Amino acid sequence: MAIAEVNSRGSVLPPGAANVEDDVKAWEAQERRAKWKLMIVRVLLAIALLALWEYGTDRWFDALWFSSPLRIARHFMSWAQDDLFSHLIITLRETFVGYTCGTLLGITTGTLLARFQFLGKVLDPFILALNGIPRIALAPLFIIWFGIGEPSKIVLAGLLAFFLCFYATLSGLRSVDAAYISIARVMGATERQTFFKVMLPAASPWIIAAMKVSVPFSLVGAIVGEFMAATAGLGFKIQLYTAQFDTTGAVTGVLVLMVVVVTFNTGLNRLEQLVLRWRPDNSAGGGSEMQ
Amino acid sequence: MEALLETDLQIRDREFLTIVGPSGCGKSTLMNLIVGLFPASSGEILYRGQRHAGINRAIGYVTQADNLYPWRTLRKNIEFPLELRGVPARQRRERSQHLIHRVGLAGFEDSYPHELSGGMRQRANIIRTLAYEPEVILMDEPFGPLDAQTRLILQNQLLDLWQEERKTIIFITHDLGEAVALADRVVVMSARPGRIKTIAPVPIPRPRDLFEIHTDERFRETYRALWASLEEEVKKGAVQWQSQK
Repeated sequence: MAIAEVNSRGSVLPPGAANVEDDVKAWEAQERRAKWKLMIVRVLLAIALLALWEYGTDRWFDALWFSSPLRIARHFMSWAQDDLFSHLIITLRETFVGYTCGTLLGITTGTLLARFQFLGKVLDPFILALNGIPRIALAPLFIIWFGIGEPSKIVLAGLLAFFLCFYATLSGLRSVDAAYISIARVMGATERQTFFKVMLPAASPWIIAAMKVSVPFSLVGAIVGEFMAATAGLGFKIQLYTAQFDTTGAVTGVLVLMVVVVTFNTGLNRLEQLVLRWRPDNSAGGGSEMQ
Repeated sequence: MEALLETDLQIRDREFLTIVGPSGCGKSTLMNLIVGLFPASSGEILYRGQRHAGINRAIGYVTQADNLYPWRTLRKNIEFPLELRGVPARQRRERSQHLIHRVGLAGFEDSYPHELSGGMRQRANIIRTLAYEPEVILMDEPFGPLDAQTRLILQNQLLDLWQEERKTIIFITHDLGEAVALADRVVVMSARPGRIKTIAPVPIPRPRDLFEIHTDERFRETYRALWASLEEEVKKGAVQWQSQK
């Protein structure tokens, strides 16, 4: 309100203009304080929850069930000096090799099926059937087919990413506004140009959203694979700790995974905003929660 | 269902022809037929005496919705048809820059469509079609959703551009005032199924000043004569619309 008053009177400084500037400063300071307050309350809440957990251990519940923050921290320190990172790197490698192959293949297949409509129509029911398989249920079979080493995890991670990207690409391309296409053709676009210059960019928000969601899914694939049968990886370690009733070890592993996923999601959100800055709302959702 | 009947129309080279009619009279269908987006169930469209299979690339089409590509900046949208033709980047840039300046969009070259107002988007839509210089340009109520003042400004700009580039323009509108002010000839269409009812020349010399044209006696004369013809159809259309409800 105060700002509008200054503008409406043009260059002439109205009486009390200095006060207006002060008001703006005060308002900015208030905004800053509100932000800090939010942060502080969040941190306090986190500390309170952790303290409650620590306090309750061995008083309200046995440490065997949930471990405790201090135990986890201690375990993390010693594990970090031991083999935590070598296991983490194996899991991440499986995830990313699978992710890269899965997304690339998914986007390519989706593009081909959208481009060659007859082929797409022929294969539609088959894809529907394949999609009916709960992918995780294939994990034991993959162990048989691809062994207990990394390949079986890579295939599982890739498969999860593949289906997400494949579907998003196909439906994204199929739902491109028909007016965009006819106007391009009127302006002289060939079939090829229409596809690459209109349909693909129009479908890009779908594809990018799927690529984003695929990251945590691929990680799930790798970890489930490691649960089944493996000799290394974070999933393998969590499974091992659980088998030995070492809750502290298992919870530490889970928390490490949580940090990994949160880190990637933050990075991916930034990337998405950059790539899709032409969109009116940059809050292109697409639940990136870990399932 | 037939949308159009008895639509015999000869369009002259480099004329500005406007088509008015009640809503739902098949004006847009006629446009889609002329450009070749779909074939006519009967009858034919001749372009310079020739039938045309499929889309006629010599005809540009400015649609009612702006249909700018949201992932392209204003400049990139204008350059799109030139890109399709393999025009080198420098020439594309020169052409788009000229047109952008011409309609007062300078400074917004790198904005995305969602950052522009409706009037700005519609201007961009028009110069995108002008950019690749089709011989004939169809315009389907391009100023329909705009407010009265913006319309007036854009109508003036359109006449200036037309004077400069000398294209044949076929312009659809449901606003008779707009039709008379812009046109060399006005076509009045009947209510659905659409047919051509009246074709009248507009005897106002060019260049015209659209801000003053409403006081011109010849404008009012033409308007009155055409309104008599159009009024009947508008009422018919309204009755049809009510009986459909």
